[in-house]
Amino acid sequence: MREFKILAVVVFFTLLVYYGVEPFAHSKMHAHVEGHDFVYDGTADIEEANTRVEKTKEALEKAKEHLAEVQKIEDAPQEDIVKAQEAIKKQEDALVKAEETVKHKRLFWGNVASIAQLDANVSNGEMSFATCMACHNGAGINMGGVVPPNLDHAGSLYDKNYLIALLKDPAMASNVDHKYANTMMHPMGSVMAMVTSDQQIADIVEYIMENKVGELEPKAVFEEACVRCHAVRYAKITQLGDTPEFKEEKDALAYKIKVLDEQALVKAYMGKLPPDLSMMIRARSPHYMETFVENPQTQLPGTSMPRVGLTKENYEKVKTYLEEVGDPSKPARAAIGPWVILFFVVFTILAYLWKKSQWKDLH
Amino acid sequence: MAHFDENAKPFSNQWLNERLAIDTVKRVLSTEYWIPKNINFLWAMGMILAATFGLLIVSGIFLLMYYKPDVNLAFDSVNHTIMGEVGFGWLWRHIHGVAASVVFLIIYIHMLTGIYYSSYKRGRELIWISGMLLFVTFSAEAFSGYMLPWGQMSYWAGMVITNLFEGGSLHLTGLVEWIRGDYVPGDAYLVRFFMLHVFLLPLVIIGLIVFHFASLRLPHVNNQEGEEIDFEEAAKLYKEGKKKESKVIPFSPVFLSKDIFVMGAYFVLFFFLVFYNFDFAMDPVNFDPADGLKTPPHIYPEWYFLWSYEILRPFPKDPGLIAFLIAQVIFFLLPFIDRSPNVAPAHKRGLFVIWFWVLVVDMIALTVLGKLPPQGIYTDLGKVAAAIFLLMWPILFIITKLEKKL
Repeated sequence: MREFKILAVVVFFTLLVYYGVEPFAHSKMHAHVEGHDFVYDGTADIEEANTRVEKTKEALEKAKEHLAEVQKIEDAPQEDIVKAQEAIKKQEDALVKAEETVKHKRLFWGNVASIAQLDANVSNGEMSFATCMACHNGAGINMGGVVPPNLDHAGSLYDKNYLIALLKDPAMASNVDHKYANTMMHPMGSVMAMVTSDQQIADIVEYIMENKVGELEPKAVFEEACVRCHAVRYAKITQLGDTPEFKEEKDALAYKIKVLDEQALVKAYMGKLPPDLSMMIRARSPHYMETFVENPQTQLPGTSMPRVGLTKENYEKVKTYLEEVGDPSKPARAAIGPWVILFFVVFTILAYLWKKSQWKDLH
Repeated sequence: MAHFDENAKPFSNQWLNERLAIDTVKRVLSTEYWIPKNINFLWAMGMILAATFGLLIVSGIFLLMYYKPDVNLAFDSVNHTIMGEVGFGWLWRHIHGVAASVVFLIIYIHMLTGIYYSSYKRGRELIWISGMLLFVTFSAEAFSGYMLPWGQMSYWAGMVITNLFEGGSLHLTGLVEWIRGDYVPGDAYLVRFFMLHVFLLPLVIIGLIVFHFASLRLPHVNNQEGEEIDFEEAAKLYKEGKKKESKVIPFSPVFLSKDIFVMGAYFVLFFFLVFYNFDFAMDPVNFDPADGLKTPPHIYPEWYFLWSYEILRPFPKDPGLIAFLIAQVIFFLLPFIDRSPNVAPAHKRGLFVIWFWVLVVDMIALTVLGKLPPQGIYTDLGKVAAAIFLLMWPILFIITKLEKKL
């Protein structure tokens, strides 16, 4: 009985330490981010914009308090008062801008929702789609920072609402509008001048949803959605896709230079070279990965990574692929684990019987 | 000159006895190495530690065959070569990583058992001190090993810990550079910690384990009541077959049979962690490659260093360092701070039992606070918990001085 009491004490304190340093500490270290289940209707964007309004209001209050404090001081230097007033002005301007952003986002996503309701004409869509082919032609040539993605399976990979938003305003759709004073400056911003009517957008998207479809393997989904920017060196994937085999070292080096050139362009566009994703599946928690891919701003506010608009099903495929590369032992763990544990359970039972026989005439 | 029987068959018992005295060795070290009977499963922690250390050595040898101590290759040799390309490389790494973490849980249980049952007193001081030396060497071994995968946490933990050698206001930057072999952790740094981890420190640990065992042989293992046993008398009874009356059992096979049973149960838990719950021992942050230009948002040591980290962190630089240094050495002095004449379990030693549980709770509080971000209430709580830890030692001196002989 005493042994069990002691065991209970040891187990209790061990679990207490575990709870404290793992689930509890981690919940305090990382703010919880709520996912939106890969629905792209702008809810998250509007929430974000509202939070910014709240934060700016708080900053404005603080700036006003500060001015009041400065004014209380007798003989406060004039320049301090001016500085405090300037700070207030700055926050007031920021507040106007933040409130405008909320309005703008509401309008934009409302618009996207109404386009989604339009009766679309697929053959008109097909004609308009020709415009897209100017850039999305599979030539693998960098345009404005990245190689435009192949659209052959866009209808299966991406969310319909997202595609509508993307044609309406690419920077808004991918939630990186904060990077641009004018969203026309986005590498795909020119689409706003080329596809101008809502009906046209509805037609093109309908055409894509019906014709640009196909069942894709996890690796293919990953390559179409992520590889424009991210390399995976453990799978010999670079921003140019799968690395071919070369017989001659000279050819391999020439290819490497092409990769470096492409990476330089991506880096210039993104601000830094996006990380290699080889081990990302073990470096981030499943929840982080999911919410981050769905909307990068939630986990890394201000990041230049665009939202890519994958559907939930396709996100799962991306995850599967990253697991194959970064955590290849997962199936082996599941296969071997139970047997090893069973072995030690049997071992323990036999050891207990041996112990009992050794101790039987001691008491 | 000893007598050697010409007719003894090579490698027969007699032949070996004449050369190695194997019967005597066996008697002294196992069949007539007497252990008190009145013990509980906590007395098996020593063997569990030995077994876990064995697992660390074996898994370490396998990892060593593929690991590359070079800042450009280290991360990929661990995460790609070992985890992906080598058959069962992942298993050895998970075993190594989990064992390195769990070994500290067992060390702490082992230490606290020693404190609870007063097993550091009256002839057992050297067992305690050699054990503390092992704790410190294991800590250095764990830290140096943590550098090797060269991930973000390896790099930044290495940066923070080696910075401690600057000595606060002493500004010993030269010492820090000498330790690193560079201005910041780099190739020279990685290779020297590799050397420490796979050669020098394991060698020291093995030596200390031998010393730890040797220091145990004469004073014998303590028992649940702290009773002083006449081992010769008790051994005589046992050998006469009066096993019920005797207070002792031989190390082998009786004591060992219980050890192995406890070890089996421990391995069930251990391999559950290896296969299903390893993140606590293999921090996800360390799966990002080391990047000297990108500080992670939270830098924290592994869980077993958190309590002493939290004694350093909530204070200003210099007082913090001094408190940290005290925390590192104070446990060594335990046998001399404790002035009580009694060797007995804590619950029989009056105020000491309260002292013991306050120590346990305070160290757990420090551990948890050590990982929490140093903001607001956590910093204040950290200060209180660290101050309590430092106050515990003069208090121990006073309460044990007042303790009456049982």
